Amino acid sequence: MTLNAYLILSTILFCIGLIGVIKRKNVLMLFFSTEIMLNAVNVGLAAISKFHGDLSGQIFAFFIIAVAASEVAIGLGLLILWYKRTGSINLDDIAKMRG
Amino acid sequence: MEKYIYIALFAPLVGSLVAALFSTQPKTVFTGWFTSFMLAVSMFASLNLLHYVYTSETTLHVNLFDWIVIGNLNIPFGFVVDQVSVVMMSVVTVVSTMVHIHSIGYMEHDKGFNRYFSYLSAFVFSMLVLVMSDNFAVLFIGWEGVGVCSWLLIGFWYHKESATWAANEAFIMNRIGDLGLLLGMFLIYWNIGSLQYDIVFAQLGGLDNSLLVWIGCLLFLGAMGKSAQFPLHTWLADAMEGPTPVSALIHAATMVTAGVYLVVRSNELYTLIPEVGYAIAALGAFVAIFAASMALVNNDMKRIIAYSTLSQLGYMFVAAGLGAYWVALFHLATHAFFKSVLFLGAGNVMHAMDDELDIRKMGGLHKKMKATSIIMTVASLALAGIFPLAGFFSKDKILEAAFNADAILLWGVLWVTAGLTAFYSFRLVMKIFFGEQNYSNEEFHPHEAKNFVIAAMIPLAVLAVVAGWFEHSFVEFVTKTLPTWEASNIAHSTAWILILITSAVAIGGIAVAVFKYRNGGFSKDWENTSIYKLLSNQYYIPKFYEVFISRPYYAVSVWIWKVIEIKLIDASIDGLAHFVNKLGVKARPIQTGNLSSSLRLMVFGLILGLVFALVLSVL
Amino acid sequence: MFEVVAFIIFSVLTISMFSISVLTNNALYALSSLAAGMIFISAFFFLLGADFLGAVQIVVYTGAIMSLYAFGMMFFDSLSEIKEKVKNPRLVFLLSGMVALIVVIVFLAPVIGENVQANHPIHPAYGNSADVGLILFTKYLVPFEVAAIMLLVAMIGGIVLAGKKMNESYSEMKEDEIDEKIRLEASKKDAK
Repeated sequence: MTLNAYLILSTILFCIGLIGVIKRKNVLMLFFSTEIMLNAVNVGLAAISKFHGDLSGQIFAFFIIAVAASEVAIGLGLLILWYKRTGSINLDDIAKMRG
Repeated sequence: MEKYIYIALFAPLVGSLVAALFSTQPKTVFTGWFTSFMLAVSMFASLNLLHYVYTSETTLHVNLFDWIVIGNLNIPFGFVVDQVSVVMMSVVTVVSTMVHIHSIGYMEHDKGFNRYFSYLSAFVFSMLVLVMSDNFAVLFIGWEGVGVCSWLLIGFWYHKESATWAANEAFIMNRIGDLGLLLGMFLIYWNIGSLQYDIVFAQLGGLDNSLLVWIGCLLFLGAMGKSAQFPLHTWLADAMEGPTPVSALIHAATMVTAGVYLVVRSNELYTLIPEVGYAIAALGAFVAIFAASMALVNNDMKRIIAYSTLSQLGYMFVAAGLGAYWVALFHLATHAFFKSVLFLGAGNVMHAMDDELDIRKMGGLHKKMKATSIIMTVASLALAGIFPLAGFFSKDKILEAAFNADAILLWGVLWVTAGLTAFYSFRLVMKIFFGEQNYSNEEFHPHEAKNFVIAAMIPLAVLAVVAGWFEHSFVEFVTKTLPTWEASNIAHSTAWILILITSAVAIGGIAVAVFKYRNGGFSKDWENTSIYKLLSNQYYIPKFYEVFISRPYYAVSVWIWKVIEIKLIDASIDGLAHFVNKLGVKARPIQTGNLSSSLRLMVFGLILGLVFALVLSVL
Repeated sequence: MFEVVAFIIFSVLTISMFSISVLTNNALYALSSLAAGMIFISAFFFLLGADFLGAVQIVVYTGAIMSLYAFGMMFFDSLSEIKEKVKNPRLVFLLSGMVALIVVIVFLAPVIGENVQANHPIHPAYGNSADVGLILFTKYLVPFEVAAIMLLVAMIGGIVLAGKKMNESYSEMKEDEIDEKIRLEASKKDAK
């Protein structure tokens, strides 16, 4: 397959993740959609790495995975704290920083 | 020697600034005496300079600092003391010192005492800058300065609406003249490249004649504004709203003579364009008889003296216009002395009669105010031009000049005016001091002014008597700078006949006045004639100005305000502000704390960024 | 040929899995379809010859991260059906659609890479893991260590944020003290 095919695939996956990010009101579901976006980017990076014969893409993908893991840990921890305080994880209820 | 120049120039300014420190406080006599002292210092410095220039026959130049140096434009703040300016300086400082001392007595009950002396000294400073400058730009600074100080002083009692109106009228009419002066200065700079007197007058000969005519007319327009020539004359009579010593200083001796000074200083210009000079002379003669006719029927004491000033200014312009510059300067000096002392005497009368101005309500004051009466009579004799007082010599020379230039019509007008002058000045004297008492003893308690006030008036009165005897040395002195002029066209015998005729008409006028007013004056029927009405309404000229100039202008201003200012300008600026405000109100809902909407906005921004990148890469 | 078929199959699967994850109302379905999608993504990595990355994807993503999410979902007292009110559903699809369109257009252009120098060229002889290991522990050592520290910090942060009070240690208390404690907690809860 050509590089373009992989890149288009990566784009479609990214946009699916984008739909989820914009649409979801439940914070947990929001996090799911963020994971989708990260994975899409990883696919793109790996594709470019293969088609240019360069390992940098894969290394970058590693670090993205590492960062995603720590992000999930912290994100879930914060979410748990918030749930203990307010009892709801609906996005519309979290709007405190209004103008 | 230069330090005397600085002393003479800046002593009045120091006095003014010190008096200004006290301006908000009630009267402290210190300000009066301090400013008078400073002026006396300036007077002695000026007289010292006069003596120096007279004996050593040198001219002094000082350059205070380089004021404007931009590209080719170089205007230093420089002063020159030559024969003409030192004569002016002496006259100004002598009269000012006496007026200051007189004012201490006149203004003794006034709340704005300190402020008055600050303004008065500031005025003298501006006038000295005017006469001592060595270029047109610094002259203009002094010109504007005297205009402003005159506005401040005429409108001194600013609570009175008539006073503020008169002050505005004076300033605005001066402004119209100033426009002419500025245009003249621009033309000079444009064609010659400098505003210094010596450079300008040296290069005038090389200019085109029509250009010289324009410059001459424009400079004279400025002189018209300052010296109240027709048609810019209405302010002088209305300026009597100010305190009387102010009128003595400004409207007799100094500010109104600034116009004459300008013409005399620019004599090298006007000798090149004699037709403009003749026009100036003709206008001057017209003003002389015009003003004298209005003084005949007026009943306001100060206005009569004001019209008399206007008339004498006309005489000075006749002399200057016909090329007899030293004669104009001479008449300027003698006139300053006797006119200022006339005003100061009128001030004494006002003070005694509780600010009453109508001469029909006075009479028989000679018994109560002997000193003032004598001084005013002497001054009126000088004004009428009786030998051997000062006015005789100067006025006679002017008539000689008119006859010499074959301007017989001008000579005739001036001769008639001399008779009218004698008549109305003695009408004034008779109605105030002699004749029957027309006031009740319960209302008025006239008394003579304080001794120091009379003492201040005496030097001026003495000068009014003796100044004419120095004519010969004056001529010798001043013609080192000004062109010499002699009545060369007429024989010696003709000159004597002229003198006799002029003295006859003057004495005749005095006789008529004395005779008529000793017996109660003219009948009341005269007041119903149309000519009386014409003269007493000042030929209806103020009314003409009001109807045809002031009111239409006011209407245009109101229209501009309503239509252009409010509808266009205000509306557009307010509209801009409203638009921005509404935009802010509409845009505020973006700032919810909702993460979803923020994310949506972020994606929207992302789309914009992508489109932008796409477009840029395609281009 | 084989590669093309595999690509098509896996891409269809991935897209459908992720779509389910994004569009469904059921939290459990979302979670499980996400996990499935992760596995299929790793298939792509194997297709692209990034063996180590594929393995890491399965182990870390599907294994660790998805189990984290599963525990999180257990914690929240949410029904399996979540109700969401979206104000403007069309706007959502419009925005995303536009992004997709633009980026696809961008990527349709043939990728012209002339004189592209590879920074860290692939050595097919070594095998992918060995190659990655070589680069990772020599050129990218510092980012590797920093990532390790970051993971440590995240772990500690997670414990602190979500853990209970750490003042008391149950293992050091006696039997009856623990009972006493439980009774106190229960009475406090009842009082609330």
